[in-house]
Amino acid sequence: MPSYNIRVNGVARTVDSLDPHQPLLFVLREIGLKAAKFGCGLGQCGACNVLIDGRVTQSCSTPIDGVQGKSITTLEGLGSASVPHPIQAAFIKEQVPQCGYCTSGMIMSATALLASKPKPTEAEIRSALDGNLCRCGTHVRVVRAVLAVSGQGG
Amino acid sequence: MNAVAQSSRFSRRAVLKGGVITVAFAFSGSINEILAQSATSARPVDPKEVDGFIAINADGTVTLYCGKVDLGQGLRVAIPQIAAEELGIGLDKINYFEGDTALTPDQGRTSGSNGIQRGGMQIRQAAATARKALIELASKHLNASPVDLVVADGMVKPTTGGAGASFSDLLAGKQFNLKLDAKAPLKNPASYSIVGKPLPRPDVPAKCTGRHVYMHDFALPSMLHGRVIRPPAVGAKLIAVDESSVKALNGVKIVQIKDFLAIVAEDEWTAIRAARTLKAQWSEWAGLPEQSKLITTLRAGPFYGDEILVNKGDTGATLPLDAKTLIASYFWPMQSHASLGPSCAVADVRADSATIWTASQGTHGNRGTFARFLGLPREKVRLIYVEGSGCYGMNGHEDAAADAAILSQAVERPVRVQWSREDEHGWDPKGPPQLLDMSGAVDASGNILNWRADMWIPQTTKGMPDIPLLAPEAAGLDDVRGLNPGLISQNGDPPYAATRVQVVAHWLKDTPLRPAPLRSPGKPANCFAVESFIDELAAAAGLDPVEFRLRGLKDPRGIEVIKRMAALMKWQSRPSPSSEQGSAIAYGRGIAYVHYKHSETYVAMGMDVAVERGSGRINVERVVCAHDCGQIINPDGVRAQVEGSILQTLSRVLKEEVKFDRSRVLNVDWSTYPILTFSEAPKLEIELIDRPTEPPLGAGEAACAGVGAALGNAVFDAIGARLRVVPFTPDRVRMALSGRPS
Repeated sequence: MPSYNIRVNGVARTVDSLDPHQPLLFVLREIGLKAAKFGCGLGQCGACNVLIDGRVTQSCSTPIDGVQGKSITTLEGLGSASVPHPIQAAFIKEQVPQCGYCTSGMIMSATALLASKPKPTEAEIRSALDGNLCRCGTHVRVVRAVLAVSGQGG
Repeated sequence: MNAVAQSSRFSRRAVLKGGVITVAFAFSGSINEILAQSATSARPVDPKEVDGFIAINADGTVTLYCGKVDLGQGLRVAIPQIAAEELGIGLDKINYFEGDTALTPDQGRTSGSNGIQRGGMQIRQAAATARKALIELASKHLNASPVDLVVADGMVKPTTGGAGASFSDLLAGKQFNLKLDAKAPLKNPASYSIVGKPLPRPDVPAKCTGRHVYMHDFALPSMLHGRVIRPPAVGAKLIAVDESSVKALNGVKIVQIKDFLAIVAEDEWTAIRAARTLKAQWSEWAGLPEQSKLITTLRAGPFYGDEILVNKGDTGATLPLDAKTLIASYFWPMQSHASLGPSCAVADVRADSATIWTASQGTHGNRGTFARFLGLPREKVRLIYVEGSGCYGMNGHEDAAADAAILSQAVERPVRVQWSREDEHGWDPKGPPQLLDMSGAVDASGNILNWRADMWIPQTTKGMPDIPLLAPEAAGLDDVRGLNPGLISQNGDPPYAATRVQVVAHWLKDTPLRPAPLRSPGKPANCFAVESFIDELAAAAGLDPVEFRLRGLKDPRGIEVIKRMAALMKWQSRPSPSSEQGSAIAYGRGIAYVHYKHSETYVAMGMDVAVERGSGRINVERVVCAHDCGQIINPDGVRAQVEGSILQTLSRVLKEEVKFDRSRVLNVDWSTYPILTFSEAPKLEIELIDRPTEPPLGAGEAACAGVGAALGNAVFDAIGARLRVVPFTPDRVRMALSGRPS
């Protein structure tokens, strides 16, 4: 079976896949990293977002042979419940998720935004998150959490 | 009992260090914890018995068993808050189970916004009965009068101080053996220390760090991955399957039972590829109505008959000469739950029993259905709730569970079924289309005369235990037949004084696609028609919309939410439409008031909008909401539900309509069935009115009901044209501006 070398959350891994077109999302979920979610498989909803070499990417539409040698960060890699990343802590403090199925992708998009723009305006936050859909209606809390973590809380 | 308590998916670990937030207890739900729960044997689940809900453990903790489930709406903290408060024990001593047919009482589906107002109140009564019994036991144990005893921190103690007795000592390993006592005294709300606090939801840290195990993440060691191949037309029959089409894929097995066609594979990606690759021939079918003529179709029937739902007032009154009579038709389209994650389930069906892990909102209610089509005794079928992607009534969760169960029975292995996006948009049961004809009159003083609403809506099939599922029907197995759109006929009469009120339901025998309750079933449509039409009457009378409503309203709680909303909005009293209609962009404000089901939560909603005349685009700038759901258990939980109700319904009003041809649903992805985005989400200002001495009422859907009317009324105020058809697409706004009916 063909194998691929990737770094996931800072750890070098060799993963196998019979199909070079297998999306990264399913590879990650097979190795037990299930924070990234299957939402559409079409790159339309953002539930599967991860960082690849720091860029926010839809893992449902990224074939495994396209990430050979790359560094991937998932929500698990940012922090844990006991030691959360500041963005995760802000989402927890604002009690953002309802069902939370979209939350992983939201936090990954917000992480990428803040890495390139530490103090985004509210409009920039909304624009950066327009590729992330939420059905429960947590949008205002997401924006508040991102503003808060960038030191712009009200 | 202790073995069960220790396997609870709740833990009392301190979760967050570093002072971000104080969490009393946490919900992690690892796969192993779910498996440990699944391995526990059944316990008494009678909802009339205290022991059904509450177990006192030897280690001083209490285990709660709740039949209502947490879908993200916060029952996992609110229900323990209610029980801990009433029992007299800290929240950190509560273990919690939800939605397991073997462990938790049947409290009915988690629906109708009744998790707290019914489910929570059963548990409150169970806890009050338990507290009374513990005091009686302590009275003997401590040789003291019950009136001289208090309950706190899991102990019954003399009010005068001195040694007390712990719950576990008092019960000494026994059960309560008590029926819920409706007369067991409840705590005085003035003494509450847990209820009413905005305590954090215990699942949030795990959800924000990728550790929360969703239904979609749950796995059994030996399971196969299944995919069902749905037909290209709703009623198509399977003619032939080309097995050679998937030969190139390793280990794929085809399962065909009559018209039920599926594949299973050892890994998920192979299953997906096989489902895409498998070639099958289906019969032609074109039994859906023509969408462009849907309104005509609804009016044409066939019907079960007409039912007068409301008939009150003065039948003999004649209209005064100065009365203005209006008629208008309103339409709400068929909509999808559009859950963000397509449905998923895991089933392990053996020769003599079945265990099904499902995100169903009604595990108990589906037990009989699953037992029937699996051919097993009801008591041998166990459904265990595992949280899925948000569901707002009934999406595809139950169908995915039926898919998995039938496949597991067929292949004699545990099977996980994950739907695709196309499956979910195409096949989830839909909120049905609703048509309302309104007529009424108003006199020069603003009195409402001769109100009548005619509803064209599908009737719920009487005596149906639950909702028909796709897989058993396709496989020719025993399945229920009928329709269950939920209670969709409420709130057709105005909450204001009127000389005469009639509401008539024209009960349709069918609806284009399988219906199911969709958040606030029927009420967003009914209140859209009622509160828009009230606005039409106010405009005809030349009166301010807030003033018009207040003059016809007697209920003081209703009056208060309207006044508070108007104050938050800084409402300027004047009739609609606005006289300052901008050229390129027109600004307006609107109101809607709803007394949910005429007996539950009070909501007043105001909106500020900007309408681009050229494009027809509506920008919702601000939504203001005053909300009275009686006693608030957890204010932050209520606030989150109100926010979600508003934003989700705005999405439905602005954008959503299921499109179909004669054979199938056409918009089966997010580009063709778009929902609200971040850039479109307005500013929200919500004021919660807490009434600690009133019964708690539902907060999960009441705020949905007025969204369509508040928005339509604001658009009317801005541009002087009335939108009567949802969704309010830019095309429809332009048509309304040009004076053409939408």
